[in-house]
Amino acid sequence: MTWDKILNFTLQLTSNALTTLQLFFMTLLFALPLGLLTAVIRMSRIRPVSYIMRGYLLVMRGTPLMLQLIFFMYGVKPAIENLLFNAFGASVTFSRLQVAIFSFTLNYAAYFAEIYRGGIESIPAGQREAANVLGFSKKQTFFRIILPQVVRKILPPMGNEFMTLVKDTALARIIGVVEITSYAEKMQAFYVSVLPVVIAGIFYLLMNAVVSRCFAAAEKRLGYYS
Amino acid sequence: MKVLQATDIQKSFGKNPVLRGISFDISQGEVLSIIGPSGSGKSTLLRCLTLLERIDSGYIAYEDLVMAKNDAASGKAVYSPAPVLQQIRRKFGLVFQNFNLFPHFSVLRNITEAPIHVAGKSRDEAEKEAMALLDKVGLAEKANAYPCELSGGQQQRVAIARALAMHPDILFFDEPTSALDPELTGEILKVIRNLAEEKMTMIIVTHEMAFARDVSDRVIFMDEGVIVEQGDPKQVIENPQSERTKAFLSRFSQR
Repeated sequence: MTWDKILNFTLQLTSNALTTLQLFFMTLLFALPLGLLTAVIRMSRIRPVSYIMRGYLLVMRGTPLMLQLIFFMYGVKPAIENLLFNAFGASVTFSRLQVAIFSFTLNYAAYFAEIYRGGIESIPAGQREAANVLGFSKKQTFFRIILPQVVRKILPPMGNEFMTLVKDTALARIIGVVEITSYAEKMQAFYVSVLPVVIAGIFYLLMNAVVSRCFAAAEKRLGYYS
Repeated sequence: MKVLQATDIQKSFGKNPVLRGISFDISQGEVLSIIGPSGSGKSTLLRCLTLLERIDSGYIAYEDLVMAKNDAASGKAVYSPAPVLQQIRRKFGLVFQNFNLFPHFSVLRNITEAPIHVAGKSRDEAEKEAMALLDKVGLAEKANAYPCELSGGQQQRVAIARALAMHPDILFFDEPTSALDPELTGEILKVIRNLAEEKMTMIIVTHEMAFARDVSDRVIFMDEGVIVEQGDPKQVIENPQSERTKAFLSRFSQR
């Protein structure tokens, strides 16, 4: 590959990187709150409710994300589109990226849920008791006393998940989302050169360097106790 | 009217009875110490009185607010509805053995959080009052420190200030010095002594016999879930009547 081709490829890859970033941020936007909700339901004392959540966690964490993508793309997506058309006469089509965001959200929420749960269970009972005696409501206790401490505690495992998510976005190519890896793969065949793949790797590396720095900064900022 | 009245409290954990018919009351301005061996039910009693545990049967009331009373038919304790319990929570404060300060808040915010968000005070007012309380427990200069930067004794003094900030009618102490080394217990006992002089109503579960004798108006000796002996502190601690109390206290004086 010549320098201008490399430059050209890199520019094109940057625009594809926007799709990767979109998938990354949208997944976090939905999966972080959904994971918290899942964790809270999972810890419910109502047995059947807790068991339903355990089933969801088992399926999501026990099967490959790639299979889930294919299932949602070719099974769930057309089914929902048909349903919307038959029930409301609405002809809606979901984009490949939307399906990917949906699948990633369900999958990552499951992992986040278990991290949240570990964090919540690690907070000493005395914290709840102190809040209870002071008259805080259950909601206040959770959001003012428990959750801020949980966030501090789960930063290291969350950092892992965020970095894994950056790399997992490459799986979206299996349902035809054009992102960094799929484009690099195509160009590798076109130029018969591994250089596009190496440059794609550098993109992921840079993104994860940023993620890692952000977590280090957050840990330092919240390091008021340990 | 009695600040707190408890009658025939029974509580089991599974098949293991922990409180077997405890009755007592406390008047305004009285300081009551509860002593007794580990596992005698002292802490469980305190936890029942502060709504951290539920009793199986018996009667508990704060002034005219009934927390729980026996259902006539079943003989089991029935608790008052949640709004009443919330009102009752405003009547008492609890100081824990291991402080339980909120580690993610500064000292000042540990004290102001409940007055602002539970009692609905303005931030200015709550902070002003918190500073006065910190001054009272000798920690005004630590207002912006975090709990982890404080010694155990300092943390416990903050915990006392935090409880006082809600203006309880009665303050409970659950072995407030047991997690501290002997050098630090003195500073806590001094704070409690000052509160006693201000006629704060207090119930103190403690292993500090000399302190219980000097500061309280009345001492209760508990063992195996019952009150074995109670009365004037000097009487109970220096001249106990029951064999069980004698045996317990003799082990203390030997040390």
